[in-house]
Amino acid sequence: MNLYEHETKSVLRGYGLPIAEGVVASSPDEARGAAAGLGGARWVVKAQVRAGQRGKAGGVQFVDSADAVAAAAKDMLGKKLVTGQTTRDGLLVKKVLVEAAQDITQEIYAAVMVDRTTGRLTVVVSGAGGVDVEETLKDASKREQVDCDFDPMPTAADFAHIPAKLNLSGNAATAMPELLAATCKAFVENDANLIELNPVAVTAAGTLAVIDAKMVIDDNALFRHTSFAALRDDDDEADPQELEAHRYELNYVKLDGSVGLMCTGAGMAMATIDLIHQKGGEAANFMDVRPVASREQVTEGVLLLLRNPNVKSIIVNTMGGGILRCDLIAEGVAEAYRKSKTSVPIVFRAAGTAKEIGELALRNQAIPVTIVDEIDDAVESAVRLAAGGASS
Amino acid sequence: MSILVDSTTRVVFQGLTGATASRMAERAIAQGTRVVGGVTPGKGGQTHLDLPVFNSMAEAVAEVQPDASAVFVPPAKAADAIIEAAEAGVGLVVCVTERMPIQDVARVKRRLAKTDCKLIGPNSFGIITPGQCRIGVMPDRPHMPGSVGIASRAATLTYEAVDQISSLGLGQSTSVGIGGDPVHGIGFAECLKLFWEDDLTHAVILIGELGGTDEQEAAAFLKQQSDQKPVIAYVAGVHAPKERRMGHAGTVDFFGEGNASAKIDALKDAGAIVLDNPSEIGDTVRRALWKRKRG
Repeated sequence: MNLYEHETKSVLRGYGLPIAEGVVASSPDEARGAAAGLGGARWVVKAQVRAGQRGKAGGVQFVDSADAVAAAAKDMLGKKLVTGQTTRDGLLVKKVLVEAAQDITQEIYAAVMVDRTTGRLTVVVSGAGGVDVEETLKDASKREQVDCDFDPMPTAADFAHIPAKLNLSGNAATAMPELLAATCKAFVENDANLIELNPVAVTAAGTLAVIDAKMVIDDNALFRHTSFAALRDDDDEADPQELEAHRYELNYVKLDGSVGLMCTGAGMAMATIDLIHQKGGEAANFMDVRPVASREQVTEGVLLLLRNPNVKSIIVNTMGGGILRCDLIAEGVAEAYRKSKTSVPIVFRAAGTAKEIGELALRNQAIPVTIVDEIDDAVESAVRLAAGGASS
Repeated sequence: MSILVDSTTRVVFQGLTGATASRMAERAIAQGTRVVGGVTPGKGGQTHLDLPVFNSMAEAVAEVQPDASAVFVPPAKAADAIIEAAEAGVGLVVCVTERMPIQDVARVKRRLAKTDCKLIGPNSFGIITPGQCRIGVMPDRPHMPGSVGIASRAATLTYEAVDQISSLGLGQSTSVGIGGDPVHGIGFAECLKLFWEDDLTHAVILIGELGGTDEQEAAAFLKQQSDQKPVIAYVAGVHAPKERRMGHAGTVDFFGEGNASAKIDALKDAGAIVLDNPSEIGDTVRRALWKRKRG
């Protein structure tokens, strides 16, 4: 799960990272009060959504008066923010973070992740922090990587060479190795998959300040981090369909298109999305049914697809394996269609374990289903049906 | 011939007494796999599926000398189970467990680096040398013995490939699921190396997806080889949206390396046949083998 910026900052503050106080506001009046409470003459108002590239989308505004803080909050709250990392519908902004604006002389990028090959920690820093860092960092010469041990944890000494690489001096140079070691500690203790500090600023006063931070917590480790799990369960800002899918053990990501899909396996689902695009359609979602799924979970998954008003056709691409059988999927689908009585056309493609029994469960029912053998034909039919065409 | 497992491989199931492990062990035995025991802490001394159950891997190693272990242990305990097997001296651990914390797998990697143990997975469908040894959760039916090697990050796409080639009469030497997680045991490059050393593997199917650098490492391996075997590759996730995890935790892209198109380019550049439609795997393998035979 991605934490919100304000949640990330509160976690990292606990590790001693230099992060200015901010106030979370859910109304323009609260935002105005926050500015007064923080003091100063210049503030930044930041939309709290779980996606990056907010700045370019108007989700980060710098303002010079308390009235302007309220106006910026009003501009964001209750609206949907569409960034390069959201769907075209965007994400609803229910909270903003108000902070005192800082005078910045240099922007640094820093991140901690796991090295996939060695299982060790990788710390990445770059002097090219800021909004377009994703592109810059693709050039390996623009980034510095430090390979670190997990046990024992890295200390400031492991990063002693970094300040010179970043041309830091004075207080900032002294503080940077400590900051990186503390970030590693936060990474390990919270089971993060990624911590990204972008930027860490050198302020006009010559000190370091973390201006924006992103923290991705490992969903698979939430069993030992119950406070994060509670944050997610209470999250009224998350996409309701994604939350619901999570309850049914389905991997679901909402996308922009009109072809709803349910697949057995994440790779199969991505392959199906790719084929939908190749054939001129657009997928409405990613949905992966796990091998341990029950028939009820499949039913809830199909109902969830049907609740998306953009869905004009559905493709169920199922490959029966050693655990999951095609007939369980087919029965789950049939039940969803009986319950919903929908007329949204569905293309069912099964292969592997219990294919024939599965197909039988869908035949001769009052379900607008097309049954096909090959993935290719299935995707073609689903794309045609989504565009309002006939099934064959 | 085959890689990693064959009819002589002695297999222990960790978590044998669980429901899924029991079913998969029964299947394995029915397919001729030499399953020699199980480990479930607290159930040592019992017999399950006519097999001896031990309290620890150390006991199992002392009593039944396994070459490989199958880890069917819940995510919170899987890391310790893998490390236990490796440190007891088992040479191959196959972990099918889904949803292990990444930092647990990272810890496993660091500990296994100090042993001679090879890890397959986690979040793997397992490994099968048809007719000889199956360790995992794959279906039996479409598999048949033959000369096509498979290494894959995606289970059901693999079954799809197996279904297609078997229906054309082309069997498999060994099919390996390296797992869908970002941190995992052996990768594509190591699988290719083993398939290159196996004289009876005549072609290899690679099934990749966005995230990580396994495909690029496979491409680097291929570029170094003087003798070529046809490699038919498919990489899923070209149209997956950036920054949004697609089910497999392995699909997050850092610094552009994990981008599916970058992988496709690297594999093509190394001489692999890269398909943009998984329906074409069967025919492509058949044509490649035919061409190879004719020299």
